[in-house]
Amino acid sequence: MLYSPLLAETGAIAQFTGRFFREGFRPRYEVREFLYQCYVVGYQSLPMVGITGFIMGLVLTLQSRPTMAQFGAEAWIPTMVGLTIVREMGPIITALIFAGKIGSRIGAELGSMRVTEQIDAMEVSGTNPFKYLVVTRVLATTLMLPILTLLADAIGLYASYVGLNTRGVTTLALFTNNILSGLAFADVLPAFFKTFFFGFAVGLIGCYKGYYADNGTAGVGQAANSAVVVSSLLIFILDLLAVQITGLLGFN
Amino acid sequence: MLPAAPAPINPAAAAAPAAADRTGVVLTLEAVGKSFGDNHVLRDFTLDLHRNENVVVLGKSGSGKSVLVKCIIGLLRPDAGRITVLGQDLATLSHATLDELRAHLGFLFQSNALYDSMTVRENLLFPLRRQWLAHRRAEEAELVRQALEDVGLADTVDKMPAELSGGQRKRIALARTLILRPEIILYDEPTTGLDPVTAREISGLIRSVQQKYNTAAFIISHDMDCVRLVADRVALLADGRCYAQGTYEELAHDPDQRIHEFFV
Repeated sequence: MLYSPLLAETGAIAQFTGRFFREGFRPRYEVREFLYQCYVVGYQSLPMVGITGFIMGLVLTLQSRPTMAQFGAEAWIPTMVGLTIVREMGPIITALIFAGKIGSRIGAELGSMRVTEQIDAMEVSGTNPFKYLVVTRVLATTLMLPILTLLADAIGLYASYVGLNTRGVTTLALFTNNILSGLAFADVLPAFFKTFFFGFAVGLIGCYKGYYADNGTAGVGQAANSAVVVSSLLIFILDLLAVQITGLLGFN
Repeated sequence: MLPAAPAPINPAAAAAPAAADRTGVVLTLEAVGKSFGDNHVLRDFTLDLHRNENVVVLGKSGSGKSVLVKCIIGLLRPDAGRITVLGQDLATLSHATLDELRAHLGFLFQSNALYDSMTVRENLLFPLRRQWLAHRRAEEAELVRQALEDVGLADTVDKMPAELSGGQRKRIALARTLILRPEIILYDEPTTGLDPVTAREISGLIRSVQQKYNTAAFIISHDMDCVRLVADRVALLADGRCYAQGTYEELAHDPDQRIHEFFV
């Protein structure tokens, strides 16, 4: 009995996911709204993701430098930072920032539309609100997060180069060469592909929480809050699954 | 093809009920029932709506009025009975056909339900573009202009809903309903939350819309001032059934205590 609400919620999210795949790929296609959501979800997240990526790379370099210096392994810093950012820190930090910014936004926006009957009004206007609101947002988050992660990785690596040069001199060519020599496709591709799933989780949970919000304005706040909490948790679970799968495939 | 643009409406000139040509039945509710768990909100509710007629469904708060109107528009599915709109049984319609039928129905929500991320213009264009009714930009602009003039708010076209007063939002919601030129308009508590003067203006506007566009209106209300101004016929919803129906005057003089308590 203790777990029944959790199971019911899991079942409802599974049904919501099923509905996304059933309705998402049938006409009418909401191309205009999808492109707008890509702009909102992707372009408008750039400053936040860029700043986070820069700080991530800089801090990682500055904090690891003293320890690496103790072992005379300063030359390995670019390789280590490159592997850390590309394989794990970049995708997970970007996804968590994305969940906080976009997940809460979607949850609050759709929740507000639900409690003020705007979703009903959309349906009465002859529009399928699931297609117009949910499918477009989930597709946008799924496609935009990988792009944002690539940018955050690049900015983080550049910040690492800046961090190294605060206490010494390293050329960009040497830094880049060190990073690339330490990276294989088996490091880059699984890390890139898992971000599609992170983006899907953020969009889907945000939409689910908002779409079924009730209880007035309190329900809107609750939808925004639980969209962030649940999607963040789901990101970690998916990350754990990704590690297991890449391990089984011999990529770790 | 949309009807030609008629002259602007004057809400103040809309006090007396219209002498309507009421031939065809446009909406039929036959023994409609709807329950939520053990709560039987509607039971055997039966009522007709004729062309160019304003019917007001009167009832206490929580009596199931909003549930009834949401069953008619297809947002809720009744558990029993049959709803026929413009000759089509709602229960037999596919989603696509229901969407087509909804182009002939307007629904004014109690909360107005304006899209608050869109300007007034975008709010009005939304149903128009979704129903593929206007293809040329000039035609769209003309329809928006006319709908706003009909409700006396032509100067608000670029404003956001948050910049408008409660009465203005109600008028814009009505303009959004009118832009599709519906044959039937459903009003859910159109005057709730408005001051008495604005409420009377909205009631006048409802009457004007009927006279200008020959629409049939199904109005849910418990505002007796509104009922008196707009109703050609009043139906009383009690215990989930149509307890009584007649003109405002007939019901106002009915000796039945249950009916009379609404009119004192």
